[in-house]
Amino acid sequence: MPTKIEKDAVTGQNTTGHEWDGIKELNTPLPTWWVYLLYATIAWSIGLFVIYPSFPGITGYLPGVVGYSARQELADKMKVEKEVRAPFLDRVRNGSLEDIRRTPDLLGYAVAGGRVAFAENCAGCHQSGGAGAKGYPSLADDEWLWGGKLADIQKTIQVGIRSMHPDTRTSLMPRFGTDGILDRRQLDDVTEFVLSLSTKPVDPAAVERGRRLYAENCASCHGEQGAGMREFGAPSLTDKVWLFGGDKPSILRSIAEGRAGVMPAWGERLDPAIVKMLTLYVHTLGGGE
Amino acid sequence: MPLDDGSNASFYATRTKVYPRSVAGPYRRLKWALLVLLLGIYYTVPWIRWDRGLGMPDQAVLLDLPGRRAYFFWIEIWPQEVYYLSGLLILGAVGLFLATSLLGRVWCGYACPQTAWTDLFMWIERLVEGDRTQRMRLDRQPISAAKAIRKAVKHAAWIAISAATGGAWVFYFVDAPTELRAIITGAASVEVYFFIGLFTASTYLLAGWAREQVCTYMCPWPRFQAAMLDAHSLVVTYRGWRGEPRGKHKQGHGWEGRGDCVDCQACIAVCPTGIDIRDGQQLECIGCGLCIDACDDIMRKVGRPSKLIAFDTLANLEAAATARSARFRVIRPRTAIYAGLLLAVGTIMALGLALRSSVELTVLRDRSPLFVPLADGAIRNGYTVKVLNKAREAEAYALAIDGLKGARLAVIGDGEVEADGATALLEVRPDAVGTFRVMVRAERGALAGESTPILFRVQGAAAQASHSTVFLGPKP
Repeated sequence: MPTKIEKDAVTGQNTTGHEWDGIKELNTPLPTWWVYLLYATIAWSIGLFVIYPSFPGITGYLPGVVGYSARQELADKMKVEKEVRAPFLDRVRNGSLEDIRRTPDLLGYAVAGGRVAFAENCAGCHQSGGAGAKGYPSLADDEWLWGGKLADIQKTIQVGIRSMHPDTRTSLMPRFGTDGILDRRQLDDVTEFVLSLSTKPVDPAAVERGRRLYAENCASCHGEQGAGMREFGAPSLTDKVWLFGGDKPSILRSIAEGRAGVMPAWGERLDPAIVKMLTLYVHTLGGGE
Repeated sequence: MPLDDGSNASFYATRTKVYPRSVAGPYRRLKWALLVLLLGIYYTVPWIRWDRGLGMPDQAVLLDLPGRRAYFFWIEIWPQEVYYLSGLLILGAVGLFLATSLLGRVWCGYACPQTAWTDLFMWIERLVEGDRTQRMRLDRQPISAAKAIRKAVKHAAWIAISAATGGAWVFYFVDAPTELRAIITGAASVEVYFFIGLFTASTYLLAGWAREQVCTYMCPWPRFQAAMLDAHSLVVTYRGWRGEPRGKHKQGHGWEGRGDCVDCQACIAVCPTGIDIRDGQQLECIGCGLCIDACDDIMRKVGRPSKLIAFDTLANLEAAATARSARFRVIRPRTAIYAGLLLAVGTIMALGLALRSSVELTVLRDRSPLFVPLADGAIRNGYTVKVLNKAREAEAYALAIDGLKGARLAVIGDGEVEADGATALLEVRPDAVGTFRVMVRAERGALAGESTPILFRVQGAAAQASHSTVFLGPKP
């Protein structure tokens, strides 16, 4: 490319001397100090290379003269944070659940911590916010299988349900159909009766037949009126909350095949203070008693 | 191919140092007056006291970042109300547009901090090193004890002003008297010293060294101000029709057949950006009008009418060249639009401030669960209710809901909150945000489908606020 600097007739300025398809560019020189700024940034970057970890190697990396490490910085920050929180955590660990509930700042701390612990450990089954799913009870409603008082919730979290814990909460819903305790006709009659406890009966004759079967087979756990019994984790059959579905096929299946949901014992895995925070968090979800 | 192949043209230019001469005249006096006023405001405002009662900051203008409050005399702004700041910035921008479309670059020439501090620094330079010619001579001289002393005194004064500037900046964010003591005794925080250092360095560099280069190379405003200017804006102009053909004039000679410009170059000598206004409108011109003062002085001396260089419109300039005159049109579409905008934004802001309530309500719906079917068939929704009490006294607000028949409220997690079903009493500390978990329960029959619009209301002793949201339920 030829280089020919010309004076532009209109502006009186020189061109850069280059021509692209007849287009010439005016030379508007950059201030020299601006270029020095570029050099300064280059020098700065070299400084960063020397001071901070930079080049990767096969077995490690160039650590830099000040020995900075983002991992160490995080560890230090976590350590400081732990120290800051230690007094709160101690108060949660040593205080009674009722006392914590009555102390607003402590309750706020416990519920916030409980929310995080819940998301990590519980939300997989009980869903975010304790919304629950089929087979996994909602923790936000006012129906509790094993009790909704602080102490009840704490115990359930600690020992679990049908878990490996020696003191686990446990009970057995018999498989009335699978094990041949009731025949197909009887199962249908009991189902009709159970439906009648909460909704309108479909077949009055079947309900009457089912009533006797219910008293013989079910009332010992679910109660004479179907109100449920928390000692056995037996749900109320009279309300609108159904863990495994409230339509006829679902209820029939529950009776025929039994139900035995399992919850792990978290007392073995989590710090007692975390269990307390979880208890308080679950208690504030809306159903706490 | 290297870029500079075969050429001796340089793509980098060394700066031609500008030595502006001192000048006297009405525009110079106006510039001094504005400089004293604006810098006076900047340095003294943090020291104005304003009593807000016990335990509250008594600084009239304070941006309390750790406390999350901004104080401006009787106004107290919370972070949620940052739109007032946006409004101020919009007012500033539109005001700048209006001033520019009417009067050209008066902001650049008179009010811009870069102009004000540069002017102050040049004044000190003149006091220490003398006027234009003496300064040029001093710079040409080899280094000597006298020169070194002069330079040292100048830079020391510059740095002192810069430090005061940086210090004053910090005072807008902390209590000025307390912090000044802390800064002097070395007890201030690292951040405070950092920001003082930062603003000291930038003031010293920009006003002492960079000067007009900030305007020509760094500032975006000169690049797009042309969009606000038109032929009817007042700008600093050289009346070429009167001045040309220019040339030296000897005393006793007549003025026939020649222009009034005696080519004395006074206008170039006084220009703070070192340009020749006779070349016409140019990006470097900051519209300060010092060349007008300089030229008028010369015209008086040679006995010609003044205002050979003047604030004039390009339309009038063109008309005058053909011996007509053009009216200065203040009301033009663009000025009307800018003024209208200014008025509208100003009114909105004034109304917003006047109608500002001492309580604000925010309601966040629970995302999970969206709704909870209860044992008796009713539906419950959870909300996080935040009540902002901007008053200085603690207050109990009555919370109620509109739009949901038979809705019952319960406040969770705080045993001291009273809820009688239809309303709940929420206690909020003074100058604080109260956060409450509120459960709303309604019978299925009261719901208008999957989503029912509802309105949360809080009623305090003197103030009230509301927030609209929805109540969700299952598919009917």
